[in-house]
Amino acid sequence: MKALIKDIMAPAVCVIQKFRKETQDTFTLELSPPEEGFSFSPGQFNMLYMYGIGEVPISISGDPADTGRIIHTIRAYGAVTSRMMTLKKQEMIGVRGPFGTHWPIEDLVGRDILLVAGGIGIAPLRPVLFHILSNRTRYGKVLLLYGERTPGDLIFRNQIESWRGRFDLELEVTVDSAREGWRGNVGVVTTLMPRIVLDPSNTAAMLCGPEIMMHYTIQELTKKGLRDDQIYISMERNMRCGIGLCGHCQLGPTFVCKDGPVFLLSKVRHLFRKREL
Amino acid sequence: MDNSKKTLELHPFFEGMDPDLLDVMACCACHREYQPGQFIYREGDEADQALLIIEGKVCVEIFAAQRGSLVIQTLGPGDILGWSWLFPPFKRRFDARAIELTRAIALDGGVLRQKADEDHRLGYELLKRFSRLVVERLQATRLQIIDIYGKHI
Amino acid sequence: MTQNPVKLADEVVIDRDDLQQILDVLESDGYQTIGPVIREGVMVYGELKTVFDLPVGWTDEQGPGSYRLKKSDTPTLFGYVVGAQSWKKYLYPSVSRLWRSEREGNGFSVIEEKDQFPAYAFFGARSCEISAISIQDRVFNNDKYSDYNYNEIRRKSFIVAVNCTKPAGTCFCASMDTGPKAFAGFDIALTELLTNKRHFFIAEAGSDRGASVLSRVTFRPVTKDDKALALGVHQAALRQMVRRLNTSNLAAIFSDHFDHPQWEKVSGRCLTCGNCTMVCPTCFCHTIEDKTALDGLYAERWRKWDSCFTKDFSYIHGGSIRASEKSRYRQWLTHKLVTWVEQFGTLGCVGCGRCITWCPVGIDITEEASVIMQAPDGVSPSI
Repeated sequence: MKALIKDIMAPAVCVIQKFRKETQDTFTLELSPPEEGFSFSPGQFNMLYMYGIGEVPISISGDPADTGRIIHTIRAYGAVTSRMMTLKKQEMIGVRGPFGTHWPIEDLVGRDILLVAGGIGIAPLRPVLFHILSNRTRYGKVLLLYGERTPGDLIFRNQIESWRGRFDLELEVTVDSAREGWRGNVGVVTTLMPRIVLDPSNTAAMLCGPEIMMHYTIQELTKKGLRDDQIYISMERNMRCGIGLCGHCQLGPTFVCKDGPVFLLSKVRHLFRKREL
Repeated sequence: MDNSKKTLELHPFFEGMDPDLLDVMACCACHREYQPGQFIYREGDEADQALLIIEGKVCVEIFAAQRGSLVIQTLGPGDILGWSWLFPPFKRRFDARAIELTRAIALDGGVLRQKADEDHRLGYELLKRFSRLVVERLQATRLQIIDIYGKHI
Repeated sequence: MTQNPVKLADEVVIDRDDLQQILDVLESDGYQTIGPVIREGVMVYGELKTVFDLPVGWTDEQGPGSYRLKKSDTPTLFGYVVGAQSWKKYLYPSVSRLWRSEREGNGFSVIEEKDQFPAYAFFGARSCEISAISIQDRVFNNDKYSDYNYNEIRRKSFIVAVNCTKPAGTCFCASMDTGPKAFAGFDIALTELLTNKRHFFIAEAGSDRGASVLSRVTFRPVTKDDKALALGVHQAALRQMVRRLNTSNLAAIFSDHFDHPQWEKVSGRCLTCGNCTMVCPTCFCHTIEDKTALDGLYAERWRKWDSCFTKDFSYIHGGSIRASEKSRYRQWLTHKLVTWVEQFGTLGCVGCGRCITWCPVGIDITEEASVIMQAPDGVSPSI
């Protein structure tokens, strides 16, 4: 059923149940959903309204099986997100959504899964991991590569450490720079590529991060024999309405908010990295 | 020595190299092992070796007075460590330290240079492989320095 | 007044002096009639009470970057074409409040606008404009979401079309297959006919609602001669339209000529003022603006027309995707003529010529498109 913009433009007011600071500029909000509950698919986003400041699209970073909470992990980049960082438990925030396309996890049952996250791009990929780990036997080999600026910027650090202990998940973290004592990798995320072993015939890759990072990752994946129709990317553009009406997020013929943010690379290959498109 | 040749053959850096050239390489190769935390070399040391990492993890560091050692890059199995032996003044520019138990094959830089001068086929093969490596590292470094995950990218 | 009722697709003749009756019937049916009126030297759309509110005896002269109203020597009611405004002014107002919000303790409440929309009768809509409305119908009712305000107003609106008898210098509807004669999407379509002796209209019922309105005004049956006269006028209008847009290879503009040097050239003239997007009857982009009272106790959300010509339009943290003027002009033109098709199954341009007339430097979309459609060196494009 089609939703009406009239209702969709008015945010539901949600109470913050938990505020957790992840790093110096990143935090996680746990919201109690409106009465009717909240369900989403991994990769989708909500429009979050900070009272009196404005609204921004933020991907959902929680477990899709958990309909009792709405979880967002946010990096304070602009006016709205910086103000959100000062929110406290029991304060409220406006939520519209969920919007957009999702990582096609249901279609990828039986496949090997490669997740490549850059920076805050780990947030929209975390729901995929939650889903896969709760349905572990339905997927083949699972590998997560996560690149960040420094060890101090790593998000979900505890969770990643506990995931590292699992035998059914390969995980590599790399940072751009580190001080002595960091035992992980240093170098951009693409430098991990030559070391990983993929079965190109059975792997599906999901990429989320800055466009440059996805661009070079795609080149490495191509070298490894993956085709564009095995690679999913998540795009970012200016979004105001979230429902394909305001026109801001256009990427050629697509509306990133409605036809994306998750795209099969082969569908948008001609649009990706086209300058000033 | 046979063992060294086999290891060289299997190392991605020498993939597809003519066996007779590998024989030459094997002549100047020896096995090395480094304990976690052990320096493999330090800035200013004589650069007399290239190391082919077989196992473990190595970090390349630079020391800054107030900030301590800054890790520039980590290397693992299949990677090559060190190319300062290729050109004068044959001095190490960075520190290299094992952060895990690391096994590597060390190739004698001086011997390699001499052999490459004598046999240009070998020299060309070596330079081809090393220059590719340098280009790849440079490209990766460029991405590393633009602060890709920062606010302004 | 004993007449047979008018049926769908019927044509009848209404004398100039009886035209007021249509306005009267529309009013009695509860419509607020909007039509062309003259304000401050230009034709705009405004409330229409009587036929005398129309720009009687006026005509317009339009060219790239120029618009003039002129007195003509004939007492026509519709002797001009389109002005800067279009019906989107009513269907999709330039600003509208979506909700209001009040601070309540730790949180806030959201009060949705419960607007009551009037039923508009658009009197004097041109064929190109009706096509534009049908295009916006698709925009505001996309594959996933519907725009409540737009669809409410649209559902209630009544359209009286007027067939163009004299195109302006900037018109190119013929090449866009959207005019000059209205072919669909109206309740009533009028053709104004003026001879030495007579001044009358042929009215066609485009819907049952339209037929019902016509049934209640004084009319007489249409004769063969009336029809011949109308046909002559329609054909003359078509002949007089000099501007064309070659639509044969529009896709190449995006797929093959994205880096055509003409983009750079045109950006040297383009002021990125956004006029073309404001006057365009299909442009739909808008921004969402949140306003807050200084004391922080009250907030509102507004929707406002926006333009892809602003740098802010594509801003994401760190900078604008379309930073150069070139890229913004390219976005607008390729959206209108190429990517719109994939989005909505139709072109985003109806050939009304407004963007040409109201561009302060007279940039002509038909000229730019025809240059960019060709390969840069004059080599014919690959098809």
